[in-house]
Amino acid sequence: MSAEETTADTVETTALETSGLGKRFGRHWALRDCSFALPRGRIAALVGPNGAGKTTLLQLAVGLLRPTTGEARVFGHAPLSEPLATLPRVGFVAQDHPLYRGFSVADLLTMGRKLNPRWDQPAAVARLTRLGIPLEKRADRLSGGQQAQVALALALSKRPDLLLLDEPLASLDPLARREFLRTLLDATMEHGLTVLLSSHIISDLERVCDYLIILSAARVQLAGDIDEALRTHKRLVGPRADPAAIASLHHVIDASHTERQTTLLVRLNGQIFDQSWQQENVSLEDITLAYLGMARNEQAAPAPVAAGEEDAR
Amino acid sequence: MPMIAFHLDTHSGVPAYLQITQQVKQALRLGMLTVGDQLPTVREVVEQIIINPNTVLKAYRELEREGLVASRPGQGTFITRTLAATSLTSHAALRRSLLRWLASAHEAGLDDESILALFTATFREGAWNATTTGESEGTA
Repeated sequence: MSAEETTADTVETTALETSGLGKRFGRHWALRDCSFALPRGRIAALVGPNGAGKTTLLQLAVGLLRPTTGEARVFGHAPLSEPLATLPRVGFVAQDHPLYRGFSVADLLTMGRKLNPRWDQPAAVARLTRLGIPLEKRADRLSGGQQAQVALALALSKRPDLLLLDEPLASLDPLARREFLRTLLDATMEHGLTVLLSSHIISDLERVCDYLIILSAARVQLAGDIDEALRTHKRLVGPRADPAAIASLHHVIDASHTERQTTLLVRLNGQIFDQSWQQENVSLEDITLAYLGMARNEQAAPAPVAAGEEDAR
Repeated sequence: MPMIAFHLDTHSGVPAYLQITQQVKQALRLGMLTVGDQLPTVREVVEQIIINPNTVLKAYRELEREGLVASRPGQGTFITRTLAATSLTSHAALRRSLLRWLASAHEAGLDDESILALFTATFREGAWNATTTGESEGTA
């Protein structure tokens, strides 16, 4: 039961904080004006379509890329200028969980042990044995699900305080996903780990995450607690109306109309007093899709002159 | 073996922790859980439905805040109060008047869906009038 208490009493300080973070490749902004603070102990979903900037954000967070604007801080330290204060505390599994293909699982563990000061060899062996993964087997002879588990086990054995996973579930079948998430949740119960995992679909992650960051068109559309998002986002259905009245108080994410009916997806800012609107709960998937749709529409519209357009460097 | 198992509906738009508290309350109302029963441990729930441990803790804390359960350190979370006494059987009079109302709704020619729509609309109006602040519990 001590595991439960550590998770409960985790002090809510910030694990990863970005402010005005941006990255430009040539003329193309991969990430722009990205600001959020991920509290410690959370399991966060980073959701957005392909090309939204998810990988760029994760690579900036571990110092694999240098920001064009702003900064990322891991437990208060910048990964590039203070690598010794950050890197030992961060685990990162890149997309497609790459492993040295010719290495056996045991070789990979040896490598991990020699490279990482906080390495937990017994936990690594126990985790892989529990999953029935033979240590003598070569990495490229393992199934996709097993390779993902080995990559996760390596990252966890580093005993990170912050674990970043780029599209960890993309190549896994439903059963392997479940097993992967089970291993991950197990680890978070053992010690107060903060996790940020990216995906292009939310449905994979909504059970396991309690924090959501929606990224689209290189910008953060929403960042916050998932229960709070479910509480404040509603679908309003009513007789056909101009959404302007609602939009003056609340944030309209999506609006659609028929001849007689108007359907809105709004982020409430207090209560709706107009009783002609029928309020319904919205699933996290619908909320996410509405934000992604909004971002796409804004992109398709003639671009407004954006503030901070000029390069800060 | 746990007394009850939880399930999650991720399309409902109801936060997962509220789904768990609602399922515990429903089990209490139906008499499936009584005083002294132990809720599944956080680890058991996480294993069973692959859910964030923080979510289960949040649900159990909420139930504790409502005085329905108590957590004993090192042992688990136990039911301390039942809802059965205030539940369906003890409201025979209300139930009878609801049945009379239903009969008159049928007499007026309303079908089941119309009755539900009328009830939901009136319920919402009543709830709205009763409280101008505060939110209802996620679902109607």
